[in-house]
Amino acid sequence: MQRYIVQRLLHAIPVLLGVSLITFALTYLLPADPARMYAGPNATVETVNSIRHQLGLDRPFYEQYLIYIGHALGGDLGFSYKLQMPVTAAILSRFPYTAELTLAGIFCELLIGLPLGLISALRQRSWIDRAAMLFTFFAVAAPPFWLGLMLLYFAAFRTGLFPLGGTGTPAHLVLPALAAGLGGAAWYARLMRSATLDVVRADYVRTARAKGLAERSVVLRHILRNAILPIITLVGLDIPWFLSGVVLIEAVFAWPGMGKLAVDAVRNVDVPLILGTVLFTALVVVISNIVTDLVYALVDPRIRYG
Amino acid sequence: MSQNIPIPTAIIEEPAAAPELAYRSPAAQVWRRFWRDPGAVAGAAIVLALALVAILAPALAPYDPATVFDDGLTLQGMPVPTTLPASAQFVLGSDPSGRDLLSRIIYGARVSLTVGVLANALVVLIGVLVGAVSGYSRGWLGTVLMRFTDVMLAFPTLLLATALVAVLSPSITIIIVVIGVVYWTGLARVVQAQVLRLRELDFVTAAQCTGVPPSRILLRHILPHLVSTAIVWGTLGIATNVMLEASLSFLGIGVQPPTPSWGRMIAEGQTYYRSAPWLILFPGVAIMLTVLGFNLLGDGLRDALDPYQTR
Repeated sequence: MQRYIVQRLLHAIPVLLGVSLITFALTYLLPADPARMYAGPNATVETVNSIRHQLGLDRPFYEQYLIYIGHALGGDLGFSYKLQMPVTAAILSRFPYTAELTLAGIFCELLIGLPLGLISALRQRSWIDRAAMLFTFFAVAAPPFWLGLMLLYFAAFRTGLFPLGGTGTPAHLVLPALAAGLGGAAWYARLMRSATLDVVRADYVRTARAKGLAERSVVLRHILRNAILPIITLVGLDIPWFLSGVVLIEAVFAWPGMGKLAVDAVRNVDVPLILGTVLFTALVVVISNIVTDLVYALVDPRIRYG
Repeated sequence: MSQNIPIPTAIIEEPAAAPELAYRSPAAQVWRRFWRDPGAVAGAAIVLALALVAILAPALAPYDPATVFDDGLTLQGMPVPTTLPASAQFVLGSDPSGRDLLSRIIYGARVSLTVGVLANALVVLIGVLVGAVSGYSRGWLGTVLMRFTDVMLAFPTLLLATALVAVLSPSITIIIVVIGVVYWTGLARVVQAQVLRLRELDFVTAAQCTGVPPSRILLRHILPHLVSTAIVWGTLGIATNVMLEASLSFLGIGVQPPTPSWGRMIAEGQTYYRSAPWLILFPGVAIMLTVLGFNLLGDGLRDALDPYQTR
């Protein structure tokens, strides 16, 4: 197992270097001049040139990249032109909000998706099953930002059940989490349904019933436990999706997370902030992929030794 | 791939005894399975209807999508709802600039479908090419392509697309290219896994032994096996692309005004969501139906092409 962990960690290094190189090249190609953005519209050519020199933007591409990577390894992702603060600090101040929304969204996915899938499999071909599967088709097809606005209109504005936006209390979290998680809940419902259908026909379930166990304990102890295992390992793969998708939810609910930070950075051509947010997100994605693989390897020994 | 399966004489002589065993070509079997799946038929119907709406937009839309009406806004400067009798001319109400919402939604289908379909052609092209070459090649090329796919997979899709569009400045062509560039990785992985399996099979070894060059093995022997994967991804991917285009347009970095785009229409209506919810409701339903249609069609095709895959 230790060898497997080391292998996966080593594998992550070139991936992160690749991400940083591509992002760096992209920002290098941006049509706007970062020195001009930094200096402001009224600055003289001399001022812009001196700022360009100060920021090291007049050096060759590879030199700029190596300097950037050197600093990034020490946790320094540069200085945001627009926010006038270190990029690392800006990201760390916003990341908790995104992390909170991501966790709440995943919780929503599982809370809705797993029971729905379990029930529709146990009542296969009943109206509950059909209604649940119809729901999953629509939930997957609904754009999350649209869902967010619809929830805001019906559940916050019309009925006043939830706040219209902002952060602070658990009530503020419900609608954004639902908007972010409903599509995923539909996926989990389908996965859980097919996993449960595989399990209910297994011999050990028939044995459990034959020896007279109550239906409740057959479902909870024999069916659920076996069906849920392969699905739970997939949760880690949701994190990349969420980190990318919450940008839209944050825009709808005025949620002060990293997605908004990143989109604003692109709009303002704030190069260090663009680089920082993309790199940081890629780092989280890579870490969550490794954790997923490790959890999977723990659950399924064939992967470890395969 | 001709199939010279000898037909048992007993069946020919007594067709009435076992009519179900009559030989059907693989294509006929796929066709039959597809039309027996209600979801697939519904998906095909939705997609066909959308395509007709997009093609016949000038004939179907009541007005030009860019026309600003003098009575398109209420006296308070708000969009006109459908419920006002005075505004019977706007079937779905008017938008914040005083244009007819229905006409804009109908024309919006053109943008969504164009971007969805063309971007997906790019996705399938890059995905199959990279996946097939990286799966088949045992040398440095395969390794480099695999690592490159890993790097691209680590990128947050929406952020990468946003940054790319910002670098290249938004237009429909750029959006199509950007979606193609960010979404090929998933298909490449699937194709790669398939080719890794296929290249070990006897028919490939046989071709190698008879001196067939690698490029010809890939094209003539391996590629035909990837057709069904490409068809399924070619359909399901359109749904994903429509969603990404709508998301980019919603963030204001997609298709630029005055071209009507559903995502952009929702963004423009966002400020009015309390007073004029129809501005958000109808474009959202249009996106949802489009994504639903392509998802159902793609699922149906997958089940028809590969009946052994579990659902």
